[in-house]
Amino acid sequence: MAQFFNEILHRLTGQWVAVDSWLGYVLAAGVHLFLLINVVAVGALVFIWLERKVAGRIQDRLGPTRVGGKFGWLQTLADGIKLIAKEDITPKDADPLLFKLAPYVSFASSFTAYMALPFANGWAAQEINVGVFFIVAVLGLEVFGVILAGYASGSKWSLFGGMREAAQVVSYEVPMGLCIVVPVLVVGSMNLVTIGEAQAGWFTNWLIFHDPFTFLVFFVYFTCAVASVNRAPFDLAEAESELVAGFHTEYSGLRWSFFFMAEYGSMFLVSGLAAILFFGGWNGPIPLMRMLGWAYEQGEVGWRVTGYLAQLAGVLNFITKAVLGVIVMMWVRWTLPRLRIDQVLTTCLKYCVPLAAFCFVGAMLWKALGWWSPQDLAPYTLGRPMIEVRESWVLAADPAASPQQPLRQAARVTSEEAGR
Amino acid sequence: MTLVAAINWHSVAFLFFALVACGLALAVVLATHVVRMAFYLTLCLGATAGLFFLAGAEFVGAMQLLIYVGGTLVLLIFGVMLTSQARFISMQSSGAEWVLAAVVGGALLLLLLQAAYSVPSWNTPPPAEAPVELAATRTSTPIGLALAGVRVDKLSVTDPQRQRGLSGYLLPFVIVSVHLLVVLIGAGYLARTKRHVLGGASTWRGLEDQP
Repeated sequence: MAQFFNEILHRLTGQWVAVDSWLGYVLAAGVHLFLLINVVAVGALVFIWLERKVAGRIQDRLGPTRVGGKFGWLQTLADGIKLIAKEDITPKDADPLLFKLAPYVSFASSFTAYMALPFANGWAAQEINVGVFFIVAVLGLEVFGVILAGYASGSKWSLFGGMREAAQVVSYEVPMGLCIVVPVLVVGSMNLVTIGEAQAGWFTNWLIFHDPFTFLVFFVYFTCAVASVNRAPFDLAEAESELVAGFHTEYSGLRWSFFFMAEYGSMFLVSGLAAILFFGGWNGPIPLMRMLGWAYEQGEVGWRVTGYLAQLAGVLNFITKAVLGVIVMMWVRWTLPRLRIDQVLTTCLKYCVPLAAFCFVGAMLWKALGWWSPQDLAPYTLGRPMIEVRESWVLAADPAASPQQPLRQAARVTSEEAGR
Repeated sequence: MTLVAAINWHSVAFLFFALVACGLALAVVLATHVVRMAFYLTLCLGATAGLFFLAGAEFVGAMQLLIYVGGTLVLLIFGVMLTSQARFISMQSSGAEWVLAAVVGGALLLLLLQAAYSVPSWNTPPPAEAPVELAATRTSTPIGLALAGVRVDKLSVTDPQRQRGLSGYLLPFVIVSVHLLVVLIGAGYLARTKRHVLGGASTWRGLEDQP
């Protein structure tokens, strides 16, 4: 993309911009940033409206109907204007610096994780070789903002909320990590693009249908994901009936809305991660684009309109799956009552961790013993087979491993074979 | 435009992250409020992770975020909040503590500088501003293989001098993990509720007073 910008600028301005100028890279980064911040911000707008509608329908009422016509689709925008216009209050007992910074910490960590999330084959702001690991690491930082908010507010409700959140998130990171490792090991890569592409083809190739254990582990993952983004029935940090509003009791206006953008951003993120890890990511249930011959072949370079359309269809697929995940989270929120803190920890340590560990061992045995899996019905033969991804270092070792050509050369070959 | 193009942006980004890390490390030392110290420490470690990402070591960078920034600091804040009594909230260091800290920190800094400048390539200036290639090293496979003990990707190396270095880090890895296990068990033992052993059967201390 950077080269594309540089090419255009080079032709427009003549000698002013070189072909490998820094300007193209800055512009490309700006475009990525703009798109991602819109995914988060507009996503939050849409999801808050959707949440009200879903809640209304579940409780046998209509939800917002007035603002913006029949469906009330401007309701969130009106709320946004209200929040911007609200007075920004800092309580007397608060630690002013930390109180002001806490919402940004929360939002920044949720937003940074989007950097590694691919929306289609290769369409990530930054394709990271250990993308899954990066996302898990960065998402774990969101709790830091909540704890800071709870501490810095100088209010006992906030402190209780922050402490609960800390206990909950720290314990749910364990089963969530175990669940995420299962698809990673089945595919043999931590690169999210590779994991998504390994499930291309018919829906039988999706990892959730790989064997009974991956089917089970998806539900454990989803439970842990709901808990880790602090949604009901695990929303103890903001339990309205006990703690006023939990960690954001003292916040008002725009700072308060940053917490909510972070929450909805993380919801979309963990749903998107579930879509990539278990539901084929940007690959639809039926490989329409491959049947038409539109999708890019493996290793194809260059640009064509049909390939671009296939990528757009992939983005549509991915966003549909992720939004479905978010809707299920809302459905759960308005269906189940809130758990007590001891029940939350019991669910994690006595049910989720053993289940995840059991499924981990089971899925590994299934894979190692080579038992039948639905993937054998319609194997995906267009791209590289999975085994090649997993064993890429063996395949890549030969050409470059002479003593005169040290590590660097071998590593380059390995990364080419494994990812791009 | 040409002036801007002459800047090595990789170095600029390196300097930015390095300055942020150093400045916040100083802020940790100079701050007196415990929770603010923890906050500065988080940002400092985050900037260090940024340095790793800049060097193309994404696995190490993510590890830094997950373990140091995520795990340790959440636990640190736990500790801080549970002990947030008045005398811990604002910590004033005495002069003697400053001297001791300066001696220890200075000794470590000297040791690290000595070790760093004993590397030959650090003493000689680079011949020219070489273009930075990051994509070449973006894989964590060698790290994983080395931790597992066998560099399978390097089997064809025949030079015995080089072969000796290919056995990986299995032994240090195992030693560190056993050490951590010992620490965990020790912490669990220390934090456990104390019991009295009476006549072979153990009872809770709190229950003894009851009739």
